[in-house]
Formats: sequence, C-alpha cells, structure tokens
Amino acid sequence: MNDQTPVEDVRQLHFDRFSSSESLAKASEQALKRNYQDFLIVDIDSHHYESESYAEVFQYIESPVLRRSFVESAQRGGRSSMLGGSVGYQDISGRITRHWLRKHEKVDASDRHRDISTTTRWMDAMGVDYACLFPTPMLFLGTHPQVEIEVAMARAYNAWLCERILAEEPRIISMLYLPFNDPEATYKMVQDFGDKKGVKGFMVTSPRYKPVHDNCYMKTYRLLEEMGKPISFHAAYNWNDQSLNLLNRFISVHALGFMWFNMVHMTNWVMNGIPERFPKLKTVWIESGLTWAYSLMQRLDHSYMMRTSDCPSLKRKPSEYMQEMFYSSQPMEMPEDKSILEATFKMIKAETQLVWSSDYPHWDFDLPSVIHDLPFLKEDAKRAILGGNAARLLGLDPTPVKTIPGHR
Amino acid sequence: MQEYFVAKKIDFGEGDRRIVRAGGSEVGVFHHGGAYYAYANTCVHSGGPACEGIMIPKVLDVIAEDRSYQGQVFSDEMHFVCPWHGYEYDLKTGECAGDRRLKLRKYQVVDRDDSIFVIA
Repeated sequence: MNDQTPVEDVRQLHFDRFSSSESLAKASEQALKRNYQDFLIVDIDSHHYESESYAEVFQYIESPVLRRSFVESAQRGGRSSMLGGSVGYQDISGRITRHWLRKHEKVDASDRHRDISTTTRWMDAMGVDYACLFPTPMLFLGTHPQVEIEVAMARAYNAWLCERILAEEPRIISMLYLPFNDPEATYKMVQDFGDKKGVKGFMVTSPRYKPVHDNCYMKTYRLLEEMGKPISFHAAYNWNDQSLNLLNRFISVHALGFMWFNMVHMTNWVMNGIPERFPKLKTVWIESGLTWAYSLMQRLDHSYMMRTSDCPSLKRKPSEYMQEMFYSSQPMEMPEDKSILEATFKMIKAETQLVWSSDYPHWDFDLPSVIHDLPFLKEDAKRAILGGNAARLLGLDPTPVKTIPGHR
Repeated sequence: MQEYFVAKKIDFGEGDRRIVRAGGSEVGVFHHGGAYYAYANTCVHSGGPACEGIMIPKVLDVIAEDRSYQGQVFSDEMHFVCPWHGYEYDLKTGECAGDRRLKLRKYQVVDRDDSIFVIA
C-alpha cells in the first residue's frame, strides 16, 4: 500500500443502500462553495411519491363506499387499480438510480412522516430553504375517466398533506391540487383548504381537456384573487392525447407534452382576457422550461396585431400579459450560446418573474447552480430568481433557514 | 503528480469500482474487461457523481438495408451513467455519448505488483 494515501479516501459503491444527503454530496459542495447559506433559496416545484403513502391517504377518502374501493384496490398489486397510471419510463430504464434505490433510505424512527425526513434532507443538501411540494402520480389524475374519483382523491390527498406534512414542517409548503374537472368541487377546495397552514396557492395539472376560460371557473379565479393566492398550472404529458400519440418514444412525448398543454392553456388564458378580468390574480406556469413562453409570446403578438377583433378583451399585446405572470425555471434549457438564454430571460422578464425550481427527485431535476452560474446575471438578479421572487409570490419570510451539510 | 493507492488487485475484481480522493479531486476507477480505467467523478453536465451510476452498453437502433427500423440492441460499447440525470460516458474514452466533444478528465492507472494505483 502507498503510505501517502489514507485508506478512508477510497470507497466502494453500494447499490443496496441510499441516502439523499450522500447522493447529493456534490450538490452540497456546490452550495457551500457558492455561499447559499447567506441567502434565501425557494424551490417552487419539487415532488414526493404520494403513492408510497396511499395506505394513509386512502383513509382520508370521505365517501365510505369509495374509501373501501380504494383500499381494496390498493391491496391487489399488479391488477387494475382505482387510479390507473401513465405509460412512461422516467427512470431511463434504471439509469436514474435514486428512483429504485430510494426505498432503501433510512429515516429516524419518530412520528415525523418519512416524506418530511427525506424531503428536508435533500433540501438541505441542495441549499433550499423552502420547497413547494407536489405529488407525482396525481399529475396524471386530470385524465381519469371518473370525475368523482379525481375529486375524492384530490380531497383526500390535500387533507392528508395538510395534516401529516404541511402542519408538521414549516419548510415544506404546497399549492394544492384542484379537481378541475368538477368546477364546483374546485371552488369548494379553495374555500375549504385555502387557509390551511403551508397552503400557498392552488395547482391545476395541465394534462386535461376542460378549457381554462370556461365560465364555470370564474368564481374560483375571483376567490383566489380575493385571497391573494396564486393559481399554478403544472405541466405533464398525456401519451394518449391524439397529437402526442403520434410520438413513439418517451423522450419525444416528454419534451413536447410538458410544453404542449401549458401552451394551450396559456393561449386560452390570455386570448380570452382572463388577466383583464382578474388583474390581481397571480398566475404561475410550472415545469415547461422557458423556451415555450419565449416562442408563444412572439407568436401570439404577431397574430394579435392583425386579428384584434378575435380577442377584444385584450387591451395590450399578449406578451405584455405574459410578462406579468410567473414561470418556474426547470427544466431550464441550456443552449451553448448563452446569448439565446439571455434573450429568453429578457423576454419573460426573468429578474422579477422567474422562480427557480428543482423538480427533485425527478429524472431531469435542476440544481440552484443553473441560475447561480449564469454569466449574464448580476448577483441581485440571481438571488431574486433563486428565492426573492418566490418569497414575494408566496409571502415567505426571506430569512434563510436551511442547514447545508458541512457548513460551519 | 503522485500515485494514489486504489486497491489490492485481489480485492478489486472484474466489474468492481472504487472512488478515490486523489490530489484534491474525486476519481472513479473501473475494472472492466480485464482493463482498468479512471475518470474524474464530476459530470460535465451539472457536477454530479458521474462514475457512481450503473454500467450499461450503448443502445443502437437497428436500421435494415431498406432503411426500415427493426428494433433496438445493446452494442459492445460499454457505458457508465451519471446517476443524477443519465449522462452516459464511453468507458474506454470518457467521452460523453450525447456529444463526443465533451469528455471526463482521464487519469492514468498503474498496475504494479499486487496493487492498482491512480496518478493524479
């Protein structure tokens, strides 16, 4: 053995254990090197796998009949279930190891929910103070053929999330799932849950087929505007969508699907003058990246100037409304020519409207360094995008509260 | 530059890997196909632990003479995959599969007597 090299500096790999902190050790190194402990970082879009807690969540199903159906369904693995699922192989055939290793992660034996332990662990590792937590399989619930199942599951999940997670851990916040296929249930959800601890707004999953400008939603938008709580549209795909069904590979349906539904909803939102009707309603577009907005602004402006009679509610160009909305950053496109990204930032007024997001633990997550390391941003702008804008949007205390591993 | 001990060969079997802190950097050392390879354990994408994921052969589309698609196969080119996001690297060259202009830093491996060392 070479005496100059201590043996503890050599380690083996293990594929039968997992720790969020160890898995993200290099993220912690980045966080320390960039002094993230000195300023607020808010993750506007992160996830857990609520399916791992179905046994608990299903107990919150209000209807005894449906509750029994959910519980019984969950006990029959491998067969059709109440919630169904989505075709997709997000873990790239096992290449994203945390997806299959995470079940080995050990947490302290306490009353604290496992999701709180694992979530705050990765938050600290990345340097995140507050994380807006969203579900994962439920991102596809808007395409469920039974509206009453969407409503039942949404109410159960939200009640469970508020009681078991948000009430227990102030660093985890959320914008709650709206069962948008039932407009009355959507309105009632905001009424019933809008004042719960940690509820910073409400979220519509984008893959769905009811138009956002339908009159049935106006009273919900008004209520949200009065409460000062944002509405967000969280992107996802639906491979069964007639257009996306033409795509034969997951990479394709993911790349287009996550933009497509938000482009449709945004176009309806703007062209029907929703921002004119609810000028104080804060709107957030989540997980579509940035290029879609850059493109759509130009596209809609171009048509608008020739066809103003098609959208008489508008008093300004479509892009001017879009520049007043908020955009989550992930998955942030990274062109080699950074001037292209800089132009995108300028187009969406990133310094006030862009809010950083990780999407962790999903396969294409981003670290804060995607913003922090951009050469064209000044320090104030970096800090605004990483946390300041989100604090303004969600009403958060800007004082950092995280503990980055290794920070003294 | 100096030599850093990686492992006794008897403890470093075919298919094994070690992560070594050498010269202030982390290096992933692979033993595969009777050869040893060593690369910087920092992904060119977002700084993830590039050498700590699974190993899997490069996937190929099978295109027939008539240019029709006939499915997919694994090739002989072995890759290792950054576990954070799936960036794949050619084990023999350290080149990134998605853009061969991007490479992990390669380190020299020394196979001497009964031990493996890396120079960093």
